[in-house]
Amino acid sequence: MGLLSRKVTCNSHGQDSSYFLGWQEYEKNPYDEVKNPKGIIQMGLAENQLCFDLLESWLAKNPDAVSFKREEQSIFKELALFQDYHGLPAFKKALVDFMAEIRGNKVSFDTDHLVLTAGATSANETLMFCLAEKGDAILLPTPYYPGFDRDLKWRTGAEIVPIQCSSSNGFQITESALEAAYQEAQRKNLRVKGVLVTNPSNPLGTTMSRNELDLLVNFVTDKEIHLISDEIYSGTVFSSPAFVSIMEVLKDRKLENTQVWERVHVVYSLSKDLGLPGFRVGAIYSNDPIVVAAATKMSSFGLVSSQTQYLLSAMLSDKKFTKEYISKNHKRLQKRQNKLVSGLEKAGISCLESNAGLFCWVDMRHLLSSNTFEAEMELWKRIVYDVKLNISPGSSCHCTEPGWFRVCFANMSEDTLKLAMQRLKSFVSSITIDNQTHQDLKNMRKKNRTKWVFRLSFQSFHDREQGER
Amino acid sequence: MGLLSRRATCNTHGQDSSYFQGWQEYKKNPYNEVNNPNGIIQMGLAENQLCLDLLEPWLMKNPDALGLKRDGISIFKELALFQDYNGFPAFKRALVDFMGEIRGNKVSFDPNHVVLTAGATSANETLMFCLADQGDAFLLPTPYYPGFDRDLRWRTGVEIVPIHCTSSNGFKVTLPAIEQAYRQAQKRKLRVKGVLITNPSNPLGTTMARDELYLLINFIEDKQIHLISDEIYAGTVFTSPSFVSVMEVLKDRNLDQTQVWERVHIVYSLSKDLGLPGFRVGAIYSNDPVVVSAAIKMSSFGLVSSQTQYLLSAMLFDKKFTKEYMSENHKRLQKQQKDLVSGLEKAGIRCLDSNAGLFCWVDMRHLLKSNTFEAEMELWQKIVYHVKINISPGSSCHCIEPGWFRVCFANMLESTLKLAIQRLKSFVSSIAMKSQSHQELKSLRRKARNNWVSRLSLQSFYDREQDTTTEVSFSYRPHFMSLSNIAATLDAAA
Repeated sequence: MGLLSRKVTCNSHGQDSSYFLGWQEYEKNPYDEVKNPKGIIQMGLAENQLCFDLLESWLAKNPDAVSFKREEQSIFKELALFQDYHGLPAFKKALVDFMAEIRGNKVSFDTDHLVLTAGATSANETLMFCLAEKGDAILLPTPYYPGFDRDLKWRTGAEIVPIQCSSSNGFQITESALEAAYQEAQRKNLRVKGVLVTNPSNPLGTTMSRNELDLLVNFVTDKEIHLISDEIYSGTVFSSPAFVSIMEVLKDRKLENTQVWERVHVVYSLSKDLGLPGFRVGAIYSNDPIVVAAATKMSSFGLVSSQTQYLLSAMLSDKKFTKEYISKNHKRLQKRQNKLVSGLEKAGISCLESNAGLFCWVDMRHLLSSNTFEAEMELWKRIVYDVKLNISPGSSCHCTEPGWFRVCFANMSEDTLKLAMQRLKSFVSSITIDNQTHQDLKNMRKKNRTKWVFRLSFQSFHDREQGER
Repeated sequence: MGLLSRRATCNTHGQDSSYFQGWQEYKKNPYNEVNNPNGIIQMGLAENQLCLDLLEPWLMKNPDALGLKRDGISIFKELALFQDYNGFPAFKRALVDFMGEIRGNKVSFDPNHVVLTAGATSANETLMFCLADQGDAFLLPTPYYPGFDRDLRWRTGVEIVPIHCTSSNGFKVTLPAIEQAYRQAQKRKLRVKGVLITNPSNPLGTTMARDELYLLINFIEDKQIHLISDEIYAGTVFTSPSFVSVMEVLKDRNLDQTQVWERVHIVYSLSKDLGLPGFRVGAIYSNDPVVVSAAIKMSSFGLVSSQTQYLLSAMLFDKKFTKEYMSENHKRLQKQQKDLVSGLEKAGIRCLDSNAGLFCWVDMRHLLKSNTFEAEMELWQKIVYHVKINISPGSSCHCIEPGWFRVCFANMLESTLKLAIQRLKSFVSSIAMKSQSHQELKSLRRKARNNWVSRLSLQSFYDREQDTTTEVSFSYRPHFMSLSNIAATLDAAA
């Protein structure tokens, strides 16, 4: 009878995707060093668990921040009543300073342009509500974070059209790919409202080059559309090249106070850099006062708890602490990523070279039984159920080439990572032993890598067009 | 060129309404006992500030709850990583127990039917997204909370069609009024998906009677639609009649496990009962597993901070504390409400008889120059700018009778309330003195009260249909007067 809304009865929430299914399998049989050593190791969750000791020791030294006190005076009442959607001023100030620090202070941010939201999930959806509606489309480079299918489309009615990127150039965005996506949207009678990029990229773990950023700025200027830069991983850039924010590019090209300036919006969050996803702290940064005004009102639907704003304003105002934290965070991420990369190498698996993020983009194409997404799913299932590692298959990230997987490294202890690598190594060895034409394949793969052009067959859970090279 | 969405550029957020404008005026010139004694006193904000002093000692005695520790051991990491949209189990358990306690344990709630959201604002919008599509409508009794115009309609595209309630029967919901609203929606080619009530009512401050609740359940059963009961003020019922939740009525009528059971949903929050609006704690309670499942996924867009869930799970688990708190909360609310009511009486102003909420629904019709919404606005502006009290005009709550105002009492000290009442008293006196035909009007009014039937002119910010008294068949106490265009008189009779 249609008693519920269409939103509820459709499945645009995207939670039937493998990204979430793997998560569910893990929850049924989670690895625990002591209680369940044969359980599934979670490598599908992009969490940063490497620096809690730093946060805990800060908390121990700063008890006022959690006990609603300011200089030993109780401010409980003030915080309990504070529901102003403009946000706690001290927190916004501390947050913009932190954002600038992450960007090497090459850009600065104005608190009046900042809108606080309950996490980046809320920030992205809110921006969509402000910039697009049913019949509109937003272009996203693939592969992209699976959650975007829900966050950007579900309740907003907007569509996503992919900008297809490939391994041929390290999955970088090209002008032709942008144009192709734009035309694809037009063919589908969708009005393109903007481009959304995640920089540093999830799932690639790479920062965007200046070339790519320039390309994007030119493109959105030419088409007179928006550019959203989700910079949620900006504090996880652990090696060169250094992070270049879209804001820096606009500044360097002297585009402040031009039209395009008002069409570039940044999304941020403390969930990845500080490892605090439970606290629900996100932000929209926009130079368009109308967007800021509308988004501020919309943030009523997902405000940040004043208790949490206060705690984090104290923490982020401690510049000595944030400097130390950022530096140690980078070191530990780099070390852990190195361990993953070398561990995979020993198993004969290579990764996309990366300098950021909490994961690697891993190339398992050589382990596929065929160059298809069915084979990718087959391999993924074996890895989840037999090898007992939950990793995210590229198809769930809308990758156009089968065989790529996102593998997280920052949400576990070093020992667990070691164990995961051992399991993977055994698995790969067992495949090669099973495989009678092992040497053949080895030779073939070498040839492939240099000569062959892949024919991509796009079978997966989601509809996809055949790409052309 | 339409670069932004229509949502961003329209004004369905409703923030051009007087409800918000008064708020803005207050912010420019806020009263402060020491720093700004001539400033505007805020009586337009439904906050419960009367019991925060009870919460503070609890916090001091329970440092682990604030310090993110359990039995003295830090659980910071566990909380920092906890972003499960199914919610912190201990918190949901404590919350449903608290909700049961508020309802005298006449009903109990299942934590598996609870969806946590960042405040009731988020809960209400999320429910709309689950139950209705663009082009659908929900029926709401007037007067209603101005924020609903934004929360229920803005991003969802759902329409609100008012169920007009009047002072003739204390603004209770009647069958003809509901049916009239339903027909109105159909005339506008809107598909009615349900009814949303606030019980206890904002702005009336009254609890719904059992027969009103029966009426509603019968209606939604008949039309096979939803009923949302926003029970955000459930813990503020300070005097009889005691609070009857719609869940209690369903249970009493043995309607659990029937179809209508799955179409009744409750919204709750800790913003009013506990006075913690800053912490953003709201909840949807539904017996429909499909709704619960969808709402849980949608709650990703407004989850409650795990830091806050932990603090409140500890607090609400302390049953000794919650019992004491609720009892003291009721006492203080009752006292402050009495102070307001008697103070207003001394100024010749009456209120709707109320037993709940953080405000009174105040009758200032006799102070209007004319029985129009323009006159109401004129009076309101005088009160905000000259008397320097921010109160909410009935038109901002979609009331169909001019002259009613919502006046909050729980967000200030007793001394500030006294001052506000003094100011009002002076203002009313000054009006009386200005009126030359004071005595004449007094006589006129007495006659009018006995004989006249008012003609309602419904001019306001929002589109409204003209009501015709012939359409209503319920018994109608011949009531009020139609004032001529001369200054209103002072009602000397208490």
